[in-house]
Amino acid sequence: MTEPTDTTRATRRRFLVGAAGLAATGVSAARAENAKNLPPNVAGWTRQLGEGVGVRAYGNPSKYEKDVVRRTVSWLTATPESSVSFTPLHQLDGIITPNGLCFERHHGGIAEIDPGDYRLMLHGMVDKPLIFTLEELKRLPRVNKIYFLECAANSGMEWRGSQLNGCQYTHGMVHCVQYTGVSLKILLEQAGLKPNAKWIMAEGGDAAAMNRSIPIEKALDDCIVAYRMNGEMLRPEQGYPVRLVVPGWEGNIWIKWLRRLKLGDQPWFTREETSKYTDLLESGKARQFTFVMDAKSVITSPSPQAPVKQKGFNVISGLAWSGRGKIKRVDVSFDGGRNWRTARIDGPVFDKACVRFYYEFDWNGEELLLQSRAIDDTGYAQPSKDALRKIRGVNSIYHNNGIQTWAVKPDGEVENVEVG
Amino acid sequence: MSRWGSLALFAALLFAFTASAHAQTKNDAPRNYGMGRVATPEQIAGWDIDIRPDGQGAPVGRGSVKDGEKVYMDKCAACHGEFGESAGRWPQLAQGKGTLASHDPVKTVGSYFPYLSSVFDYIRRAMPFGDAESLTNDELYAVTAYVLNLNDIVDDKFVLSKETWGKVKMPNQGGFFDDDREKTEKAFWNPKACMKDCRGPVKITGHAQAIDVTPDEKTQKRGVE
Repeated sequence: MTEPTDTTRATRRRFLVGAAGLAATGVSAARAENAKNLPPNVAGWTRQLGEGVGVRAYGNPSKYEKDVVRRTVSWLTATPESSVSFTPLHQLDGIITPNGLCFERHHGGIAEIDPGDYRLMLHGMVDKPLIFTLEELKRLPRVNKIYFLECAANSGMEWRGSQLNGCQYTHGMVHCVQYTGVSLKILLEQAGLKPNAKWIMAEGGDAAAMNRSIPIEKALDDCIVAYRMNGEMLRPEQGYPVRLVVPGWEGNIWIKWLRRLKLGDQPWFTREETSKYTDLLESGKARQFTFVMDAKSVITSPSPQAPVKQKGFNVISGLAWSGRGKIKRVDVSFDGGRNWRTARIDGPVFDKACVRFYYEFDWNGEELLLQSRAIDDTGYAQPSKDALRKIRGVNSIYHNNGIQTWAVKPDGEVENVEVG
Repeated sequence: MSRWGSLALFAALLFAFTASAHAQTKNDAPRNYGMGRVATPEQIAGWDIDIRPDGQGAPVGRGSVKDGEKVYMDKCAACHGEFGESAGRWPQLAQGKGTLASHDPVKTVGSYFPYLSSVFDYIRRAMPFGDAESLTNDELYAVTAYVLNLNDIVDDKFVLSKETWGKVKMPNQGGFFDDDREKTEKAFWNPKACMKDCRGPVKITGHAQAIDVTPDEKTQKRGVE
């Protein structure tokens, strides 16, 4: 790599300060206090009436939470229409991601689809090719399932070493919501499968017409043709009005703005499953159809955007997930992986969904090398980054589920580091 | 009927109704719910744009490398570069042969794409960026032929069509294998992962300095595109 010029360095710094600098990321808890609102005084909001109902017909977060937003890394891609914005994991808790904060990954911008003109075509190796309206999809039997969705390229910038200083950027291409929709199996039954229908191609109606091939076993297992997230209709960024849900598998397959499902007897080897979303190894050969997202976890707080504010009692909070099943256990290390302690999982544990883990401890100001390690119910234990690199090299881009290290410094600042 | 009698009847009806609804959802045999209308051949033809490696789905049409050069210069070169070398951060389409096992792999149509269909199907559905599905079939064949020519896969006189589809051999067709993680990464299935004194002393070997990430082309290409 070449040294950055002063200009690029300055530009980059401006970007980070503007978009992701400490002040903008909720780091500064030190909002100035106003003694007029503090006891023994009675605050203005206690003495005066507030806004009535209906003023906020669709409610938004408090104005004091306006820095809790998705953020982009503008130099990562050529254009915002084919790019990514990241979930602010360091500012969230629990297992459910609010709809407006779910990371975005578009390949041709957000399609704005009129639900009245929405159609889903189902054809190919079927007895009866069909076209469904949105209303028809909604009238079919429904399922509600909570699943994580992770982009295969999450943590993809970290293969060669620590690069981005914040879990929003290193791990923010994941979200977890409840989907409502019709099971893909029921939909396929409406058309009737030919015996040699072994693969299904899903295609989006956006300007990239994203298409991926899915083995029929998965399609008949747990896939959902979803139209709701967390109770309300899908957000446009997440594929309104209909997206495919492919539990545990890389996000690229969860086709948004779903317009077509075609059955065939072999995969299509589309651009998105050959030139992209294949994992290049050191040998120069690449793994293809690496569908499943392996077990992974990250400590969301403390993390570079969420430093430790004071000594004494502190709570470590983090997220873990596995595309192979349920999270069984999460361990936390304070010394870069030498010794581990089992964290407490709090809240529901669902198959192929995020779980929230905590570890409470007293911090006396010493330096820490914080790590977390997820283990799922197949026995898979999240590997170290070095263990992954030993097998895959550093050119894979995708499927980096290596253990993350955060260095906590005596002043409470936290940095993304590599350990050896 | 007495008040209690009508209540009992209501309860019985309710039970019968829920029991039958229950039976329906428990039934494993596929049920036709009467949703969806039969798609006509004309409707399907308008959306059925996918193409497989064996050429199934390839449209009627033809285009030469020479004609493709015009289309390419007009509609593609601004982003992908006149020789497919990429302008700025847009995907590079040519060169990169022999780099896949190197420290800086360059993935292009010539160096990485396994099949002609992977290129053709993508151009057909998504290019030119911002003007998707606007090329005629002849333009599609021509511009694809030109991109193949930029990669020395076909000669200057080549004409691509459904008939010549099978003549195109992509250099990296054998460069892929199916997911083998369950075998090659078997060691990661380790439910009794070590808890105490698992490794020697730990030292920091690298620091993230996001503000100093070099914005060179290679760094960006390792990201998501």
